[in-house]
Amino acid sequence: MNTSDQESTPLVRARDIHKSFGGRTILQGINFTLRHSSVVTLVGPNGAGKTTLVRILLGLVDADQGTVERRPKLRVGYMPQRVSVQPTLPLTVERFLRTSSAGKRESIVPILQRLRIEHLQNQQLIAISGGEFQRVLLARALMQQPQLLILDEPAQGVDLSGQAELYRLISGLRDEFQCGVLMISHDLQLVMSATDEVVCLNHHICCHGKPEQVSNHPAFIELFGPNLQQGLAVYTHDHNHEHDIAGHIKPGKAN
Amino acid sequence: MSLWQLLSADFFLLALVAGIALASVAGPLGSFIVWRRMSFFGDTLAHSALLGIAIGLMTNSNPQFSIIVSSLLFALLLTFLDQRPSLSTDTLLAILAHSSLAAGIVVLALSGAPQVNLEAYLFGELLTVNSTDVAWVIGVSASVALALAVFWDRLLALTIDAELAGIEGLPVKRLNLVLVVLIALTIAVSMKLVGVLLITALLIVPPATARRHSRSPEGMAVLASIIGMGSVLLGLLAAFFYDTPVGPTIVVVATLLFLVSWFAPTRSSLSGS
Repeated sequence: MNTSDQESTPLVRARDIHKSFGGRTILQGINFTLRHSSVVTLVGPNGAGKTTLVRILLGLVDADQGTVERRPKLRVGYMPQRVSVQPTLPLTVERFLRTSSAGKRESIVPILQRLRIEHLQNQQLIAISGGEFQRVLLARALMQQPQLLILDEPAQGVDLSGQAELYRLISGLRDEFQCGVLMISHDLQLVMSATDEVVCLNHHICCHGKPEQVSNHPAFIELFGPNLQQGLAVYTHDHNHEHDIAGHIKPGKAN
Repeated sequence: MSLWQLLSADFFLLALVAGIALASVAGPLGSFIVWRRMSFFGDTLAHSALLGIAIGLMTNSNPQFSIIVSSLLFALLLTFLDQRPSLSTDTLLAILAHSSLAAGIVVLALSGAPQVNLEAYLFGELLTVNSTDVAWVIGVSASVALALAVFWDRLLALTIDAELAGIEGLPVKRLNLVLVVLIALTIAVSMKLVGVLLITALLIVPPATARRHSRSPEGMAVLASIIGMGSVLLGLLAAFFYDTPVGPTIVVVATLLFLVSWFAPTRSSLSGS
């Protein structure tokens, strides 16, 4: 397969997906395509079926109807919403990363440094904070050298200033790792600048497109209310500096 | 009998060797049971082993063999049922544990086997093990230890998060089965040593004791083995000197070690990291 083929074959394509649990329809008629090197964000209210759709795309759950095609031998890096490590299991961050099928000791340190969490390497997993844990999970997903990176609510447990930085980091990773990114989020205002395309999901796809289009789409406003648009405005002018993990404004890089 | 005479007596040495072999593999295996919250699963498997023994007696088959076969069958049944969550798992396990134990006792009575010593199956009789039993225990323990070493990293990945392991390409269902079979085999051979009611304790208590003093899964597994072996040795000696039943004495010793470790300073508090 040559490079242009590589880039034209979608990473994942779902056609007419239907899924219900216990008589309740979760997803109906979902068509979805994710291409090489694009960042797509799934937004939608709680219970809209975002995680279910991702699990169907990953092959963890079978759809009742419809097909999912994944590019053959697709390497997926998945960052789940949460991993609940039993407190009875003593585990350092490094050992946790080494249990990954791609977890070679020499590849761990560069990725930890890239995510600026190298200080966590020898910490016990149960002792680190929620935001730090999210970065460790991201490190684990990146160790797969993914062609497709799937992130389920990556900013969970990360404080507000850290969230914007995390999303910037993620959109940077797309270029660095040459991978497609699919993420779930319910805070569109934070994801805006980091995503190429937004898919608004509420059991069916309400609207999709560029983030600016979606945020003005009547279906989106109906779902989230007009307040969110004000939130968007707040974010877009708050863009002339960056915060580091500790929340300090970083020098330079003015936008 | 002096301590020296005891230590050189055949029955004591056989019991010690069998107990140590079992405890060494119970450390890492029990750690997995603790990490994966499977203690109730192990308990159910142990209870159901009695039914296996009873059926073995009725059909006049080799008892060791019939326990192993029935434990494996029960393990597969439990795994199968666990994937169909129509009842809450702990309810299901409780029903199976107690009904199979009761059924085992009933079948034993019906079998009319002349001198069945129920107590021996419930609490074990380590001091009557013969060299064939010891060979079984060593053979099975060594196989289980080897399998654990081979599958260690994969089982650990499964334990941390099965979904993540599956996405990263591990055969989750098969690995789960490997672990369940290893637990079933270990429980089957330890029946005669510590009995149906005490096996889970030997699997759970030493890893629980080791937890506070470990910083890595491997460290916890090895420490649990050492603690288990120490419990067997001390338990055997105590049972002899105080004339108490061996299996329960070993469990009491293991529990005392657990309590002591609760008050002992942990390694991290000593090193300050």
